[in-house]
Amino acid sequence: MADIDSQTSMNRAETGALNIAYVRSELAPAMAPPINESGVLGWMRKNLFSNIPNTILTLFALYILYLIIPGMIQWVFTDAVWSGEDRLACATIAQGGQLADGWNAACWPYVGAYFKLFIYGRYPDAELWRVNIVLIMFFVGLVPLLMPNLPFKRENLVFMLLIFPVASFVLLSGGNLNLNGFLLPDALMAPSEFKFWVDFLILTLIICGGVGAYMKATDTDPKPAVIITAITMGVIALILFVMSVDFGLEPVETDRWGGFVMTLVIAVTGIVAALPLGILLALGRRSDMPAVSLFSVIFIEFWRGVPLITVLFMSSVMLPLFLPDGVTFDKLLRALIGVALFSSAYMAEVVRGGLQALPKGQYEGAMAVGLNYWQSMRLIIMPQALKIVIPGIVNTFIGLFKDTTLVSIIGLLDFLGMINLSHSDSNWATPVQAMTSYVFCAFIFFLFCFGMSRYSIYMEDRLNTSHR
Amino acid sequence: MAVTDTPQGHEKPKVKLLNDPKFRSIIFQGLLILILAWLVWSMIDNAATNLQKAGIASGFGFLSTASGFGLNFSPFIEYTSSSSFLQVYWVGLQNTLVLAVIGVIFATLIGFIMGVARLSNNWVISKIAYWYVEVMRNIPLLLQIFIWYKGVLATLPTSKNSIDLGLFGFLNTKGLFAPQFIFGEGSGLMGWALLLAIVITFVLNGWAKKRQMATGERFPVFWTGLGLIIGLPLLAYLIMGQPVSTEYPTQGNFGPRGGMRVIPEFIALILALSLYTAAFIAEIVRAGILAVNRGQTEASYALGLRPGQTLRLNIIPQALRVIIPPLTSQYLNLTKNSSLAVAIAYPDLTAVFAGTALNQTGQAVEIIGMTMLTYLAISLVTSLFMNWYNAKNSLVER
Repeated sequence: MADIDSQTSMNRAETGALNIAYVRSELAPAMAPPINESGVLGWMRKNLFSNIPNTILTLFALYILYLIIPGMIQWVFTDAVWSGEDRLACATIAQGGQLADGWNAACWPYVGAYFKLFIYGRYPDAELWRVNIVLIMFFVGLVPLLMPNLPFKRENLVFMLLIFPVASFVLLSGGNLNLNGFLLPDALMAPSEFKFWVDFLILTLIICGGVGAYMKATDTDPKPAVIITAITMGVIALILFVMSVDFGLEPVETDRWGGFVMTLVIAVTGIVAALPLGILLALGRRSDMPAVSLFSVIFIEFWRGVPLITVLFMSSVMLPLFLPDGVTFDKLLRALIGVALFSSAYMAEVVRGGLQALPKGQYEGAMAVGLNYWQSMRLIIMPQALKIVIPGIVNTFIGLFKDTTLVSIIGLLDFLGMINLSHSDSNWATPVQAMTSYVFCAFIFFLFCFGMSRYSIYMEDRLNTSHR
Repeated sequence: MAVTDTPQGHEKPKVKLLNDPKFRSIIFQGLLILILAWLVWSMIDNAATNLQKAGIASGFGFLSTASGFGLNFSPFIEYTSSSSFLQVYWVGLQNTLVLAVIGVIFATLIGFIMGVARLSNNWVISKIAYWYVEVMRNIPLLLQIFIWYKGVLATLPTSKNSIDLGLFGFLNTKGLFAPQFIFGEGSGLMGWALLLAIVITFVLNGWAKKRQMATGERFPVFWTGLGLIIGLPLLAYLIMGQPVSTEYPTQGNFGPRGGMRVIPEFIALILALSLYTAAFIAEIVRAGILAVNRGQTEASYALGLRPGQTLRLNIIPQALRVIIPPLTSQYLNLTKNSSLAVAIAYPDLTAVFAGTALNQTGQAVEIIGMTMLTYLAISLVTSLFMNWYNAKNSLVER
């Protein structure tokens, strides 16, 4: 051993000096890795054909894809009818058209003819610009809100939660809300818009007085609290005023609303109403006061325990019974109340998750700097808790967005309701009509829900600052 | 400590009553109760006057009157149009539970397969599972029900040209005509034998566990149990002289005859409910398996366990602890979602009781109340079971 070692070291020393022809003086260039270890082939070897069972699985999966994918492409694109005036364009010879018997593919001209109804419902043609403005406002307000890097989040939130709902109410319904007083007896003053404002003023004075008296009784300076109350009442008055002003817009009853716009209206109203209710319920459930927490638990567990369709049945059949004589809600509002109550229970559980995720030190810290309960919730706890649960809120919204299709069962013409209604049109009646419209509907829902779930995952990754 | 030494002599700090948190909380709760009581009272009052005006007598007397309508699906309960509304309720509940149980079985099977496939090393398989999950859970369930019912099943051939599925019977627009088991006299013994086998297996399981704890010896409970559960009913079957026979449907001139007809509404609902829920279950299963630390597998190998044993004794028990709670809530969701049957007129609880029966009687408060309480009861029982299971199986740390 030692002999050979000494020999090689001697050789090396010699080659350095002598430069023999058959010994390299430079390093050989690195060769590419073997072809079956890298590139497409290597990847396939590793991920698809690593052993016999894996190969069988791959072939089986490819066979299934071969069965499904070409058929789907044919159905949606290559075999589909793309233009036509009526059902004859999509009918086989046996059905009175000119397509070969046994043809089965999408009939897109039917979706084209019904596109406006699917999106806007039966909203009057001349007023569609109002719906378009609402949609533009919605997306223009929402997109910057969803991008975490953009500034002016507070202003954006005020726009989306205050200005946008009021503006879309006025635009969609035409505004001109009929207000005629609620406090003073009719004998004292005839119901009119003026009486409403007198009533409202009296109510504001009573509330401000009450807040001031309470503050005084608890040895607190009443001035700031009274001012905040007065401003709040002023904002409410402004909202009611804008809603009741006659802008000269044609009133559009809610039974003419429909289509995808109605789906959006229900989902967005549901989630916006559910958020504050959910926050209150979540706080209530964690409250030390037994009556409050018991009420919250019963409320949350009740709504979470029953299916949404029974809630909608309840709001459409039972709610009118519970209202005093003469008070009627229209069908859409009743459904909205049901949806909002239902989703507030789910929202409460999401918010509660956020509250529980905060370390106890945050609560103690807030108390230590002398904040009272509502101050510490508003300034310390909620901003952090709500930020944690953004993905949860988005997921609740996805669920609610899908669940809005249920309102078609109680006779509202939302996106799915409109599609089912269009099947009764004999002008387009073919065997492929139902499937074509459902595929279109599924595509739109998939686009929205998949996009939202991607966003939720993105936010989750962004918020996940734990060191793992 | 000086302060705690004299609790008696220490005077309470003088605080205004309104600033005392205890007093405030009592006042606040009192107000809440008052407002709630007022709300409930005014609702009851309004309902009473409204019902009186509409001329509807309240109360549950209507439950014993004859319903006057027929139902096309009631596998276990005898029902005719002269049955009472109470009977309608039971049939509806039965149909909901049948739907839920079969849906849960299929959803679990598909969900576990897809969840494991999602973690597969095979790229094609995991991508297929990924897109399955994303497509299924991002399309509303109601739309999926309509797709199966109106888009697929309604375009099947008419009963004259039924599709022959061989062993599974015939398929056409009227539904699936499946082979039917006919239980003759003495087949009751088979049921008892099955029950006995299950009980013995449970007892055996307990005994085997105890013995393993004491002596370290393992007993093949799974194979013994399987043998008992198959063997005992088989024995009963042979003893009673083969009382069970199958009736196969045959294709006649006007459609399939004989066998058991499964209505298309049921098929559409099972397909939609199980495929939709399976997507959520797949994600739960995937999360559960990923939640088990990689070190657990390595530790098992280090102890000398084979891969199959590692999976069975180490990974699955730990993954199940993560999987079971959300899985139960998916089962609950499936049960609640089965109420969408009303959209395609499958006679479940919501459709026949909160739908047809409500339209016939107008007893909105009673019927909607009963329906909601039924679903609520199912939910509460399940979550009670869940809490018990969680308490039993939660990790005991130090």
